[in-house]
Amino acid sequence: MASANKAAGLRVVGKALRKVDATAKVTGAARFADDLFLPRMLYAKLLRSPHPHARIVGIDPTRALALAGVKAVLTGKDLPIPFGILPVSQDEHALALDKTRFVGDPVAGVAAVSEEIATAALDLIVVDYERLRPVTDALEAVEHPEPRIHDYGDHGNLHKLINLEFGDVEAGFAAADLVREDLLFFEGNTHLPMEQHAAVADWSADGKLTLWSATQTPHYVHRALAQVLGLAPARIRVIATPNGGAFGGKSDPFSHEIAVAKLAMLTGRPVKITLTREEVFYCHRGRHPTLMWVKTGVKRDGSITGMHFKSLLDGGGYGSYGVASTYYTGALQTVTYPVPRYKFQGARAFTSKPPCGPKRGHGTPQPRFALEVHLDKIAEQLGIDPAELRLKHLVPPNSLTANWLRIGTMGLGACIDKVVAGSGWKEKFRKLPDGRGVGLACSSYITGAGLPIYWNAMPHSGVQLKCDRGGGVTVFCGSTEIGQGSDSILAIIVAEVLGLDPFDIAIVTGDTDLTPVDLGSYSSRVTLMTGNAAIQAAERARDIIARHAAAKLAVPAERVAFADARVFDVARPERGLTFGEAVQLAEAAEGTIGTVGSYTPQPSAGKYRGAGVGPSPAYSYSACVAEVDVDVATGIVRVPKIWISHDVGRCINAATVMGQIEGSVYMGLGEALMEEMAYRSNRNVVHKIPSLLEYKSPTTLEMCDVVTYVVEDPDPNGPFGAKECGQGPLLPVPPAVANAVYDAVGVRVDEVPITPEKVFKALRRKAKGEEPRYGPDRFPDIPWPEPTRVPPPWEGGDGRAVEGGTGRQRAAGVVAAQKR
Amino acid sequence: MRPESWRRPAPLSRLRLGTMPDVKTKIALELNGELVEIAFAPHKTLLEVLREDAGLTGTKHGCELGECGTCTVLVDGVPVLSCLVLGLACAGRRVKTVEGMAEGGRLHPLQHAFAELGAAQCGYCTPAFLLAAEALLAANARPTRDDIKQALAGNLCRCTGYIKIYEAVELAAARLRGEDATPAPESLYGIR
Repeated sequence: MASANKAAGLRVVGKALRKVDATAKVTGAARFADDLFLPRMLYAKLLRSPHPHARIVGIDPTRALALAGVKAVLTGKDLPIPFGILPVSQDEHALALDKTRFVGDPVAGVAAVSEEIATAALDLIVVDYERLRPVTDALEAVEHPEPRIHDYGDHGNLHKLINLEFGDVEAGFAAADLVREDLLFFEGNTHLPMEQHAAVADWSADGKLTLWSATQTPHYVHRALAQVLGLAPARIRVIATPNGGAFGGKSDPFSHEIAVAKLAMLTGRPVKITLTREEVFYCHRGRHPTLMWVKTGVKRDGSITGMHFKSLLDGGGYGSYGVASTYYTGALQTVTYPVPRYKFQGARAFTSKPPCGPKRGHGTPQPRFALEVHLDKIAEQLGIDPAELRLKHLVPPNSLTANWLRIGTMGLGACIDKVVAGSGWKEKFRKLPDGRGVGLACSSYITGAGLPIYWNAMPHSGVQLKCDRGGGVTVFCGSTEIGQGSDSILAIIVAEVLGLDPFDIAIVTGDTDLTPVDLGSYSSRVTLMTGNAAIQAAERARDIIARHAAAKLAVPAERVAFADARVFDVARPERGLTFGEAVQLAEAAEGTIGTVGSYTPQPSAGKYRGAGVGPSPAYSYSACVAEVDVDVATGIVRVPKIWISHDVGRCINAATVMGQIEGSVYMGLGEALMEEMAYRSNRNVVHKIPSLLEYKSPTTLEMCDVVTYVVEDPDPNGPFGAKECGQGPLLPVPPAVANAVYDAVGVRVDEVPITPEKVFKALRRKAKGEEPRYGPDRFPDIPWPEPTRVPPPWEGGDGRAVEGGTGRQRAAGVVAAQKR
Repeated sequence: MRPESWRRPAPLSRLRLGTMPDVKTKIALELNGELVEIAFAPHKTLLEVLREDAGLTGTKHGCELGECGTCTVLVDGVPVLSCLVLGLACAGRRVKTVEGMAEGGRLHPLQHAFAELGAAQCGYCTPAFLLAAEALLAANARPTRDDIKQALAGNLCRCTGYIKIYEAVELAAARLRGEDATPAPESLYGIR
């Protein structure tokens, strides 16, 4: 590790370093959104719909306004302009305008001198609802196109329908020795950040709005506020406070952010809102419940001849990131094992539940679960060890997939080798005593999306850098610290290039007035994109400083090196200047020393409609072995240990990489065994468990031991070779646990979470001689559109569709949506 | 220049102490080693009193229902959920929050170990874990991994998977015992 970095000439990158914000976090000094108290501040609360689907006939706020201490009441008509994170899904209102679409949908907002009075005022707002028939889940949405939840979408209550074909899969099945079909279900679950969402808005008499918010995406909140409030973006400042956990749950613009801003504008006073834990469950945007059908043809050696994958996502009441989530359930099946012919059909339903969106792994943990369990069954049928099956068929590095994804470095083989050796796989698989088992699964994830959320040709990430006469450097970047360590990444990278200590670098992030745009902390994009932008800015500063230091030292600029806060002649290291002296020379000659850097991913190889989801500058790879104990009397599954290996390209901060991998395993374990967003199965569609006690997540008593292997295979697109590590290692955990349960007791639970009840039912079926399985039994008929046919790279073509939509039409449509 | 009426408004005849909507009560307690008096509305929880009336926002909250452990503070050395304790119940008690852990600008060994190992990611649950761990180490200088799991089972963390927290508590415990302990390389770098 350290020696390899030294060989690469790295002094800071790759070490295990204390994060630059660690001291603030361990002393309680870090200021989260709810920690802000401004003079004369008011407190806001939102009234939420008690009905899953209803028309608002009338709202009377008179009595609430009359309550002493109430300063303002807002309803939908005060904020009539719709918004939404995706240009194609502008379907939300800050407060319901005419309809409510889930229990918890915000209807009115109150600002008062105290939280108690604001809460009391909610009871005094009279809302007259006309109840409409709710849609309880995706299957019902397919069966009941009416009444529609939204008046847009591809078909009835189906929000989005996708049909993509890359080659002739039927020909692939015909050429196979074995064709297998499986049905699997991944239950929805939620992010559950420990910090409840909070925001504070301030409106100044000169017409400027400031919003502090626990958001992962200040730039998108900035855009949404400008759109809905009708203010010039230049008059709005969004400051992302440190996020107390996010995991994707704080990456949409939210009702409460817009409402609190409007309340500040109306009252002329600062207004704070802090959601209750119950309300956080209603914000949701978590994992889509996803029903999946997969059919794969394989040769006797396990090589895949064709794959057909169908997914049906339960989207909840609004669009959110859902169109992208739907594409993601079909995008990354091809980046681990070669799939020569591939067909994907995906559908997302509107239902009367809190909206689903991006949670850690965004749309890919569900299909990865399906694919890895499916492969485990195929391996068994072929009589091949599941690890061998995967190792024999790895996507080659520097290749294109059937759906035109450009693979760079590919460390999955090394990852599999590590966990197989470390776990003693060969001595354990199918050899452990009854009730104990091991399972293996692999995965891959994007390091940032190739395209921005809204169509534009500008950089995805920008960095400004200011050098101080005293030898300090300040880095400005729009990225958002959500606990993943992004502030430290900037400090480490700039310190590496300029030969400084990371703690000599001041970091200013997530402030739309002060920092250049970074699109946000999502899709594992931050290290790669801000890192590359930071390298560019730092190298430009280094070049300026080197020029003047070289003149002073009377050597060519190429001979000037930066290390240990010195600028010196590499040939005679004792001849040099302090970094501060070198900055002063440069500043005297050229004026204030400031530089910029930016990063834009290269264009996608695919040009078809839908090609925007899946491309990434680099793909990370993971492999996982889980060991389980299954109690056949109760169905309880315990996971004592997980072995995980992750190809991170290169560690920027090794300690942070470890934390991200272990945290991903933890969250994957929760999804595998217990976490679920469940609703009462009646017409009310009421959330069953909107509390931290009832929504089961692993405590210290359920968390397993984790053995972590870090694989470094530097990718040319990553900063110093780095790829993502914050999401990918979650993906193989649920399928590895499911496969281990089968190894332990011989039953297939084709559905997560793998609760005792499901295991027990499957065991009972096995005892009766029925199919030893628990899982879904049908995939509904869906009115798929005509397929978009795109020849894979090996069948010629240039990444465009030969039938169906093209990329160009798509882009034009998005631009038109933006202009509107 | 200013009109007399502006400078000296007529007194509000009905405004007397004790007639405001939020009548405050006052208690004395030892807070982070200092004797203090705090005035607050009597219905407030210790969590609210600390954050809103004492200005100590280092104590966080995740549910305000006693489910997540995020608001843990020490009362007379015992970890309590400050969202379930009335402020009034703390009169004459010794309350310690995360702000009271560092001394003279030097981090407590637990704080140091949490920072060193990355046991604080988002940092939101961290103050609670630190205090719960401090109480554990006060009672048990040499806790096993299982002792640590039991002591911290009431605190949820969504970032770390708890592993770096266990390792940080073990590291701090060793240092508090006077041992010259350092993190294991595989804990910081994984197995290569």
